[in-house]
Amino acid sequence: MSAQTLTVEQVWEWLEQIPDPEIPVISIVDLGVVRDVTLQDDKVKVVITPTYSGCPAMREIAESITSELAGRGVRQLSLETRIAPAWTTDWMSDTGKSKLEAYGIAAPQAKGEPKRCPQCKSTAVEKISQFGSTPCKAQWRCLDCLEPFEYFKCI
Amino acid sequence: MTTSDPYLFEFLLRQGDNPLVLGHRTSEWCGHAPALEEDIALANTALDLIGQTQLWLGYAAEVEGQGRSNNDLAYLRDVYDFRNVLMLEVPNEDFARTMLRQFLFDAFQVPWLTELQSSSDQRVSDIAVKSLKEALYHFERSADTVVALGDGTEVSHEHMQTALNYLWPYSGELFGTDDTDKAIEERGIAPLPSSVREAWNVTVSTTLAAATLTAPDDPFAHSGGRTGKRHTEHLGHMLATMQILQRSHPGAQW
Ligand SMILES: [Zn+2]
Repeated sequence: MSAQTLTVEQVWEWLEQIPDPEIPVISIVDLGVVRDVTLQDDKVKVVITPTYSGCPAMREIAESITSELAGRGVRQLSLETRIAPAWTTDWMSDTGKSKLEAYGIAAPQAKGEPKRCPQCKSTAVEKISQFGSTPCKAQWRCLDCLEPFEYFKCI
Repeated sequence: MTTSDPYLFEFLLRQGDNPLVLGHRTSEWCGHAPALEEDIALANTALDLIGQTQLWLGYAAEVEGQGRSNNDLAYLRDVYDFRNVLMLEVPNEDFARTMLRQFLFDAFQVPWLTELQSSSDQRVSDIAVKSLKEALYHFERSADTVVALGDGTEVSHEHMQTALNYLWPYSGELFGTDDTDKAIEERGIAPLPSSVREAWNVTVSTTLAAATLTAPDDPFAHSGGRTGKRHTEHLGHMLATMQILQRSHPGAQW
């Protein structure tokens, strides 16, 4: 890839191919952790932000970006981690939210609780625990189909 | 000390060592909690706290300017270099003490980090904004659990009251004032910790009343942790476990 044809849009497209290491059905772009992409000559700068301050996936995300872009011929990459403005679930794309639900994880809601069961779509749901298998999820249960499910916490 | 800004460095160590020490204590529950959901919740809470520590100690290391990293500060300092309050280093003892301690700390962190959001220091403000979201989430759970166990069975109530009697004399240290606090306040980096005491009192007394628990009527407060003057004998034992890998294999990486 020559420097002339590289565009910011192209880099965003490549980044959209990178799955979130903890919830691989959505990309790191859908999740909203990629905050900015800039180009200076053939040097690419990518800014990322952690979901939770202790998010253990950040290192893997950084490594995936580095290897993905290197594989696409990007020779010079600078990766910056920024904590402000702080990540919020509002940054998750609508595509990301529907992919989550199709995968069985209820999408974050401003109200702080899931809208419906991702399996049978019933709205009769109850909280099991505020925390789940990763820092970004809580555990809920459907009162109709009785299946437990994960809910992406809203922050 | 040759650090150019010793007050800011000291202040940042205090901000970072509290979540570091509590985060480690909380992580000791991993695989041992009374129920799977609690185990997961405690491990995730610990993870948030360690994440906050990385931010605070990362900034502390930069301010110190001696080439140390946040990892060096966490794993290679000795007991008397730690600046956490004593309440956070005493052993977990049982689930009651663990949750009550988390609650007493969360009830402080929420108003405290809220204040720090408007710090004159942009980095302090950024870290506070990020940490506050997590502190609010922790507070919701710890306050609920304190009420559920305090106003629960006879046995759970007794465990909670015992925990409260034990922890209460340690809670006052959160609001200490010394030269560092005054210098930091003058620069608009943070208010005096004592300024959030009233908010803490209201939250704590409301929750304890709902939990049918009674705080001891004694103003005595242990101190010495946040100044590093006198830690309990427990911190050394805790650090022996927490730091062994870096002490035995300096510079080891995952
Ligand atoms: Zn259902």
